[in-house]
Amino acid sequence: MELDSKCPTGPIETRWERHRFNLKLVNPANKRKYTVIVVGTGLAGGSTAATLGELGYNVECFCFQDSPRRAHSIAAQGGINAAKNYHNDGDSVYRLFYDTVKGGDFRARESNVYRLAAISLDIIDQCVAQGVPFAREYSGYLDNRSFGGAQVSRTFYARGQTGQQLLLGAYQALERQIGTGMVKMHPRSEMLDLIVIDGRARGIVTRDLLTGKVESHIADAVVLGTGGYGNVFYLSTNAKGCNATAIWRAHKRGALFANPCFTQIHPTCIPVSGEYQSKLTLMSESLRNDGRIWVPLKKGDKRKASEIPEAERDYFLERKYPSFGNLVPRDVASRNAKAVCDEGRGVGETGLAVYLDLRDSIARLGKNVIKERYGNLIDMYNRITGEDPYQAPMRIFPASHYTMGGLWVDYNLMSNIPGLYVIGEANFSDHGANRLGASALMQGLADGYFVLPNTIGDYLASNKFPKVEASNPAARQAEQEVAAITQRLLGAKGTRSVDACHRELGKLLWEDCGMGRTAQGLKHALSQIPEMRERFWKDVKVLGTGEELNQSLEKAGRVADFFELAELMCLDALERNESCGGHFREEYQTPEGEAARDDEHYSYAAAWEFRGVGNAPVLHKEPLTFDYVHPSQRSYK
Amino acid sequence: MSAAVVNPAGRAARFYEAPIGKKAVMAITGIMLVGYVLAHMLGNLQIYSSNRDQINTYAAFLHNPASAGLLWGARTVLLLAVILHITAAVQLFFQNRAARPIGYVKKDDVPASYAARTMVWSGPIVAAFVIFHVLHLTVGAVMTTRDVGGNPITPDVRYNVISGFQNYGVSAFYIFAMILLCMHLYHGIWSMCQSLGISHPRYTRGLKKASAVLAILIAIGNCSIPIAVMAGWLTD
Amino acid sequence: MRITLHIWRQRNASDKGRMVRYELPNVSEHMSFLEMLDVLNEELITKGEDPVAFDHDCREGICGMCGCMVNGVAHGPLPETTLCQLHMRHFKDGDELYLEPWRAKAFPVVKDLVVDRTAFDRIIAAGGFISVATGSAPDGNAVLVPKDNAERSMDAAACIGCGACVAMCPNASASLFVSAKIAHLGLLPQGQPERERRVTAMVAQANQEIFGSCTNMGECEAVCPKGIKLENIALMNRHFLGANWAGREGVEAD
Ligand SMILES: Cc1cc2nc3c(=O)[nH]c(=O)nc-3n(C[C@H](O)[C@H](O)[C@H](O)COP(=O)(O)OP(=O)(O)OC[C@H]3O[C@@H](n4cnc5c(N)ncnc54)[C@H](O)[C@@H]3O)c2cc1C
Ligand code: HEM
Ligand code: SF4
Ligand code: FES
Repeated sequence: MELDSKCPTGPIETRWERHRFNLKLVNPANKRKYTVIVVGTGLAGGSTAATLGELGYNVECFCFQDSPRRAHSIAAQGGINAAKNYHNDGDSVYRLFYDTVKGGDFRARESNVYRLAAISLDIIDQCVAQGVPFAREYSGYLDNRSFGGAQVSRTFYARGQTGQQLLLGAYQALERQIGTGMVKMHPRSEMLDLIVIDGRARGIVTRDLLTGKVESHIADAVVLGTGGYGNVFYLSTNAKGCNATAIWRAHKRGALFANPCFTQIHPTCIPVSGEYQSKLTLMSESLRNDGRIWVPLKKGDKRKASEIPEAERDYFLERKYPSFGNLVPRDVASRNAKAVCDEGRGVGETGLAVYLDLRDSIARLGKNVIKERYGNLIDMYNRITGEDPYQAPMRIFPASHYTMGGLWVDYNLMSNIPGLYVIGEANFSDHGANRLGASALMQGLADGYFVLPNTIGDYLASNKFPKVEASNPAARQAEQEVAAITQRLLGAKGTRSVDACHRELGKLLWEDCGMGRTAQGLKHALSQIPEMRERFWKDVKVLGTGEELNQSLEKAGRVADFFELAELMCLDALERNESCGGHFREEYQTPEGEAARDDEHYSYAAAWEFRGVGNAPVLHKEPLTFDYVHPSQRSYK
Repeated sequence: MSAAVVNPAGRAARFYEAPIGKKAVMAITGIMLVGYVLAHMLGNLQIYSSNRDQINTYAAFLHNPASAGLLWGARTVLLLAVILHITAAVQLFFQNRAARPIGYVKKDDVPASYAARTMVWSGPIVAAFVIFHVLHLTVGAVMTTRDVGGNPITPDVRYNVISGFQNYGVSAFYIFAMILLCMHLYHGIWSMCQSLGISHPRYTRGLKKASAVLAILIAIGNCSIPIAVMAGWLTD
Repeated sequence: MRITLHIWRQRNASDKGRMVRYELPNVSEHMSFLEMLDVLNEELITKGEDPVAFDHDCREGICGMCGCMVNGVAHGPLPETTLCQLHMRHFKDGDELYLEPWRAKAFPVVKDLVVDRTAFDRIIAAGGFISVATGSAPDGNAVLVPKDNAERSMDAAACIGCGACVAMCPNASASLFVSAKIAHLGLLPQGQPERERRVTAMVAQANQEIFGSCTNMGECEAVCPKGIKLENIALMNRHFLGANWAGREGVEAD
């Protein structure tokens, strides 16, 4: 299969503009004759559905929550990047582009990233106009902060609820279109299959989560903005409902899955407290600005933190990375925390945590300053753990947070199935092997407001769409397959709950395909997963019927897909014999313990083709070239 | 582009249809009623004047045939206000009940004061009292009343009030009604400000307090009279 | 610790429903409330009984999906805390807890503790937005917003649309929710052009959905997990009255 990224060439600054000019336009009077399905109402899906509605397309929009406002984007705290250079601190579109390519460890397309950086400017304008209450200075101008180790202040924020406010902006724009009738919203509907007719994406099969009704929806194009698959690890910072089902079922219908092993682990999460733990809560990284990370020097030291004298503490990040100290990138911080815990020096009841200590900052700056900076985070920590960070250090541990991998798309955000578009975290496009803080929100909105509404017109204008009925054989077959999966899950009548099976898979994946990966571990996982999957299908216990609200059944379907995706992740990780970004193969590190990339052999996006469950998938490579930012090794010493 | 033209009647209907519109009507009529209650109380307190004829003179002044139009005008406005107030209250009451057809097995009313929760009961009881009160002192249908010089335009208010309150039952009902009125206004005066959009974080607390104080003062002022009568401090 | 639960069980919208008693002998104080329900459900599944349906997603207090009445208080006893953020350490060994779904005509029960809150979405669709087509916005700093307005707007915008205010209100009024959106947009310069139209349309829609009216009890404010203030309702009333009497909408042009 030929992977054509359709990236324009020529000067990078004008690539998007020239490309846009070359796209065909749909006659305004004809737009309402086209129906576009948008699955997902997060920043990506919500902004797309709203904008397509504004443009005059007939839009059908789906989400599995009870309201489009609840998509997982709502949980993003930190902020959104934009190269506005309002602070005259040397920022520019080019610098944001440069930082993103480098941050992604040279595994993203330059053309895409440049476009993202350029569009970042329009996003802020759009959101301000919608009424997003960004933080302001006393003068009334927009405030910025520096985030995730960036050397410029380019992050716009709305308290610790930036994702919420951006999403509400998109949601309100979407509701406006729903009010005018341009968008028809289907909440509590889960996409369970893609309908492909004559090689083109022509619709989806959904299950109404309240009635269990399985239904086909036909359209001229399908857009997936269904978010990331971080929940494959069971414990993650993602919302409980986040899943890979939509993209995975599209994958099974022929869409290529790119870089599945590129997952991001966030270093500052509240650690697990017991077996019943259902999710992990993220605390903003900004805590690392004033918090010092340490563990006891001695193994198995069970003394209280306050009883451990200074000389017996190991500030391991400061020790190993004197110039960056506690502010090393996410992956480095995460890996080191895991390493000290593996040595038996972890703290807390489970031994799976390290201290993040505000003591010295409180002494230096006073409690009030610390309270002002981190008050809400400290309250959150206190609420969850019942401990007071002003008195004793917080305990933190890394957790699965974001997935850079996703369905392969070209420069137009179209997958290899014509008419199937993938946007936001669900695609693989812009972050390479590692995402910078505050860039996911930017990408979701760039895709949704500004890129896809332009590129989809070209596809619609250039193709003829023969009329398709919902009773089409392809649709009927997809419906039957969906119904068969439901029957199989309900029919297993085994002994284990869905959560128990998922937890087991998550543990395995976290051990073998988490922060540090080895060929041996990956092979171990690859030998275990098929067995586990088989056991799942045999032994899962899902009560109730398919014709009602059945939350176990919903979960079961998602977990079934995770079992298949997990295998692909491990395979991809095993295939990539290098370390880059979030993918750290312990065999490939520099003498200082840094990720050692192998540009000669692995400077490509790995796009996998599905060949049936249990069959080896086929790898297609999209080579990456760098004309502007030249690959260099990261160093944080 | 001009929006659809709405005629004044349509506008009023649309306004009243919204719960906020009904609440505004209640608030405005509420202000009028509170104003009346205050004025009425100040009038009544003249009974304590060292000039024993003071209150009767005041009554004669109010009943002066020359300004009968004014008196009846005021009575009409008050009656209209009461009707509007009650109509809106009853409509909202039913609407609110319809908004929760199935209640809770267990429900805790965390911050709402008793006064706030009983507005729909304190209101009607006060209204019933008002009817009794009018029948008693204005119409004279409850017990014998007397006029100064046999002229109905100059009622002997002093005698009527004092003789009336010497009946413990009448006094008790009066005091009970005043306590309920106090409760109604304890919540009502502040609520009225909120309904009309008068709120500011700096003043809201003060407003709540002031509303409570005013309600209590009205109750104390009015209750003082039957108490004084029963205690024998006020005699004819 | 030992917790006794009385949970509203209702198979579907047409089922009558009833309270059912469950015993959980081993609840860890570190569990969140929803994790306790997870544990209950695991036990029920093992026993072959239908697990309790309850809505949830983010489990960090921001999506607004979770919530039920706990002993007659929406989201349970801790102020400014969603159910998912409530931890069992706030309860005692031997406590009996009554869990009921939000009750309102406009929020019909779907199953067990799950209700249908789409009425909120329809209220937003009626006018809870600023009409700005993608791409037409001026530079973000072209319109200055006084910091104080931005902060107050943000205070109101923090609403997560959970519906606890409706559930707790003795009148099942949605005033706190509606006013939060009116205040969020109405306090910003960008929101001024549509201010009158917005408040009129949203209030009318809320009425049509059969939410009750506000009698200024303050129970909504007391349980709101995001600390949305009653002051917003006064602001909404002000804007509504202004729109209806001073507004020029519908005035005949000469
Ligand atoms: C705790 C946390 C904090 C974060 N903080 C930041 C930050 O500060 N800055 C930043 O830039 N990024 C941040 N991120 C990352 C960022 O929030 C996400 O990457 C981004 O919001 C994803 O948006 P999305 O639109 O692609 O998907 P989502 O917001 O996840 O939306 C997915 C949508 O798809 C729907 N859906 C999914 N599957 C189906 C299906 N099968 N059928 C029907 N509908 C379906 C869902 O209902 C939902 O509407 C954070 C992430 C987390 C977890
Ligand atoms: C049958 C008689 C009455 C009934 C049924 C009644 C009922 C009510 C109700 C239900 C409210 C709304 C409460 C709230 O908003 O919290 C109210 C408010 C009020 N009432 Fe009455 N009431 C009656 C008589 C009176 C009288 C006699 C007075 C004055 C002396 C009065 C003064 C007020 C005031 C000032 C308010 C506040 C208005 C507002 O909230 O906007 N009411 N009443
Ligand atoms: S106002 Fe508060 S209680 Fe009501 S929906 Fe919003 S967040 Fe929930
Ligand atoms: S689950 Fe999201 S707010 Fe509770």
